[in-house]
Amino acid sequence: MTWVNDHWGDIFTLARSHVWLAGIPLVLGLLIALPLGWAARRWSRLYPVLISASGLLYTIPSLALFVLMPIILGTKVLDPVNVVVAMTVYTVALLVRTVADGLSSVPDHVLQAARAMGYRGFRRFFGVELPLAVPVIAAGLRVAAVSNVSIVSVASLIGVAQLGNLLTDGYDRFITAEIVAGIVACVVLALVFDGLILLGQRLLTPWLRVRGAAGARS
Amino acid sequence: MIAAILEWLRSSDTWSGDSGLGARIIEHLWYSLLAVALASLIAIPLGLWVGHTGRARWLVSVANSLRAVPTLGLLFAMALWLGPKIQSDLAFLIPSIIVLVILVIPPILSGVYAGVEAVDPATRDAARGMGMRGLEVVRQVEIPNALPLILSGLRSAFLQVIATATVAAYIGLGGLGRYLIDGIKTGDYVSTAGGAVVVSVLALLVDGLLALVQRAVVSPGLTVDSTRASRTRSRRRGMSAVDAEVASNGEPSRSEPVLPETNRRIPS
Amino acid sequence: MIRFDGVTKQYPGGTVAVDDLTFTAPTGKITVLVGPSGCGKTTSLRMINRMIEPTKGTISLDGQDTSRMNEADLRRGIGYVIQHAGLFPHRTVLDNVGTVPRLLGWDKKKIAERSRELLSRVGLAPELADRYPSQLSGGQQQRVGVARALAADPPVMLMDEPFSAVDPVVREQLQDAFLELQGELGKTIVFVTHDIDEAIKLGDQVAVLRVGGILAQISDPAYLLAHPVDDFVADFVGKDRGYRSLQFQPTPRLPLASERTVVVGETVDGIGAPWVLVVDDQHRPLGWVEPSRLSGAVAPEDLHRGGTVARASGSLRGALDAALSSPSRRGVIVDDSGELVGTVRAHQVLELIESADRPDEDLADSFAEAGSDGRREDSS
Repeated sequence: MTWVNDHWGDIFTLARSHVWLAGIPLVLGLLIALPLGWAARRWSRLYPVLISASGLLYTIPSLALFVLMPIILGTKVLDPVNVVVAMTVYTVALLVRTVADGLSSVPDHVLQAARAMGYRGFRRFFGVELPLAVPVIAAGLRVAAVSNVSIVSVASLIGVAQLGNLLTDGYDRFITAEIVAGIVACVVLALVFDGLILLGQRLLTPWLRVRGAAGARS
Repeated sequence: MIAAILEWLRSSDTWSGDSGLGARIIEHLWYSLLAVALASLIAIPLGLWVGHTGRARWLVSVANSLRAVPTLGLLFAMALWLGPKIQSDLAFLIPSIIVLVILVIPPILSGVYAGVEAVDPATRDAARGMGMRGLEVVRQVEIPNALPLILSGLRSAFLQVIATATVAAYIGLGGLGRYLIDGIKTGDYVSTAGGAVVVSVLALLVDGLLALVQRAVVSPGLTVDSTRASRTRSRRRGMSAVDAEVASNGEPSRSEPVLPETNRRIPS
Repeated sequence: MIRFDGVTKQYPGGTVAVDDLTFTAPTGKITVLVGPSGCGKTTSLRMINRMIEPTKGTISLDGQDTSRMNEADLRRGIGYVIQHAGLFPHRTVLDNVGTVPRLLGWDKKKIAERSRELLSRVGLAPELADRYPSQLSGGQQQRVGVARALAADPPVMLMDEPFSAVDPVVREQLQDAFLELQGELGKTIVFVTHDIDEAIKLGDQVAVLRVGGILAQISDPAYLLAHPVDDFVADFVGKDRGYRSLQFQPTPRLPLASERTVVVGETVDGIGAPWVLVVDDQHRPLGWVEPSRLSGAVAPEDLHRGGTVARASGSLRGALDAALSSPSRRGVIVDDSGELVGTVRAHQVLELIESADRPDEDLADSFAEAGSDGRREDSS
C-alpha cells in the first residue's frame, strides 16, 4: 500500500493515457464498423467476405500487430499511434459482425412498417434500424472495451506508456505491490468502461426498461 | 525495410539451430498445445457438467469475468511469486504455462457450456424419454450437438494462447516471442518484425486448420445455415411445405380407406 | 394395460398438477387425455415413463409397479413421441429411427433393416433415410418421430401432442395415417392433446381433465358427446356435439331411392327433373347438373361439386351431411368401392336417428366393465 500511496500521481497519469489508448479505438472502431456492418447486411455477398476478413485480422497476436504497425503506417516504433490504430483494427474486427447481426436482429415486420410509413434510406437507418440494434451492438462494444483495456497493457513492452508500465516496471524491479496496483487499475478501468457503455445503452433504449419492468410484474 | 525482413525470413541462418526459427515454431506450438490440452482437461468436463445439470452456472460468469484481468499482470505476478520457488529451467516454463491455462479456461468453458445449454430441450427430453442414461445423453446427444460451439471455444483458446505465449517471452519463455522481446530490447527491428510475421502466420494457419477440423467433425445436420433456412422456409411457405410432403408420401391415396365415415367431396 | 391408482403430483411450491388420478388405459386401445392448459395432462403422461415422479399413488404397467423398475429400462420399453418430434439434429433420419435398438445393443444390420422398414410403415420415401431432420417438413419430422418410437416394437406408446405443431391439412393426414397404423399394430397408447376434435377422432377412450389435474370424465367418445357429466365437460366438448355424436352411430339400412344418372358427354336434353346426377363410367358419382340450364352434352365444368358423398357402411353423420350438402337435397350414397348405390333425403336420415336407440346406455355399461373406475359415477 505504501507504494501505491507514494505513486498516486504516476498511476493517474498512466491511467489517463490508458483511457485514451483504449477509448479512442473504441469510438473510431464503432464509427468504422457501423457502415461496414450496414453494408454487410445490405449486400449479402459482402457479409461472408467482411466476416472472414475481420476474423483474419482478429487472429493476429497483439504484440505482433503492435510491432508491425510502423511498417504499415510508416510511423516510428515508439509512436502511440501504432497502438491506437492496432486497437482500432481489433475493435472493427470485433464489431463488424456485431453490427451486422444487430441490424439483422431487427424484426422484419418492423422494417416493413417503417417502409410503409415512408421511412427511407438514412432516416430509416438512424430512426428505426440503429436504435433497435443498440442492445446487440452495445453487448459487442462491452466485449471490445474489456478486451481493449487488457490488450493495451501489452503496449508497455514496446515502450508506449500506460497502466501496463506498472506491470513491466514492477516485474523488472521485483515490486509486487506495483504489479498488483497495475492489475487492479486495469480491472477498475475495464469495469468503468463496461459501466459507461451499459449506462449509454440504458439511456438509448428506454423502451427496454419499461418492458423489463412489465415482465417482472407478470 | 520489408526487403530486409524478407531477407531475414529467407536466410538459412535464421532457421537453423536450437534457437532457430524452426525450433522456435515447434516450441511455440508445443506450449500452445500443452496449455490448451491442460485447460481442456479442466474446462470441458466442467462445462459439460454445468450445461448438463444446470448447476453452478456462476462458475461460467466467474470465469468470464476473469477476462478483465490483464494477462500481462497475471504473467508477471505468477512469475515473481512462483519463479523463485522452482529450481532449474522450469522456473520460466511453469508460471507461463499456468497463466496460459488460466487464460484459456474461460473461452473453452463458456463454449462448452453455451453449446450444451443451446441443445433444444425437446431433443434432450426425447433422449431421456427413449431411455438414455445420463452419460449416454451427454455422449450421444449433448456433445455432438454442442460441437460447433465447443470447437469455436477451442479456436479462440488457441488464438489467445498463441498471442499470450508471445508476450510470455518477457518472463523467459521460449517460442516465437523471443524474436519480438529480444528484438525490441536490442533494437533489432528486422528480427522483431520477422518474428511478428511468423507468429501471425502461425496463428492464421492454426485457426484455418481448426476450421477444417470443425467442418470435418460437426454433423452436416447441424450446419446452421441449412437448419435455419429450412425452418423458416417451412414456416413461411405453409401450404407449399404441405404440398412437398404430399408429393413425397403419396399421401392422399392413403388417407381414404382409413376413416370410412369421413365425407369426401365429390371427386374433382 | 396401464393403471393409475390415486396418482398425485404436487410441486415443491405447492402447486398441484395432478390430483388423485385413477383410471385404466386398456391394452391395445388409444386412451386420450384432453383438457385445457394447466390440467396436468402432459404431467400425467410423463409420469408413466417416469420423466416425472408422482408424489403419491402408483402407476402400474401390466400389473407391475413402474416405480420399482429401472428408469432407463422402463423407458426403452415404451415408445415416446413429443410435440416438436425432438429428433436428434445431428443424426440422419435413419439413425434417429434406430436410436432405441442401438441403446438395446441390436446388431447393426438388423437396426438398419428395421429402421428402413419403419420408414416405409409411416409413409416416408426411402430416399429420406439419409437426410437430416432440418431438411424435412414438420409433418415428415413427426412421422420420423413416430417411427423412432416404434423402432424397438414397444407394446406401449406415449404421445404428447404429436400433431399439434403442424398445419391442419397435414395434421389430418398424420391422424389418418396414425389410425391406420394403430389398426395394424394394436399398441396400448396414451395420447395427450388439447384439441377435443382430435381426442374424439382418435380415442377409443377419452379422459377429460380440468385445471388442477382433476379427472372430470372418462368414457368412450360417443358417450362423452351425449352425456357430458357437467358444465365444464359440456363446454369443453363444444357446441355441435349432438351432430358430431352421429359420427359414432353406424348407419342402419338406409331407405335408398334409385337415381337417374348420366355420364359426362351424354346429353340431358329432354330430362324434366331439376337436378340430375353425373357419374363416371364405373358408376362413381361426379356431381350434379341442372338440365334446364344446359343444352347438349354435359361437360365437366357444368358439374356442381358442392355435395359430399357418404358410404352406406359409414355413420349417420355422413349420410345426413351428404343430404344437407347436396344441391338437389338428395344425399349421394356409395358402397365401399365408391359406386353409387342410391340417394337419401335428410328427413329420412332424421327419422332413422329418432327411431334409433340412444347410443349411451349399453356403451356406458360396457365401459364400466372394461375397468374404468367409478369416478364418473361419483361425480355425476
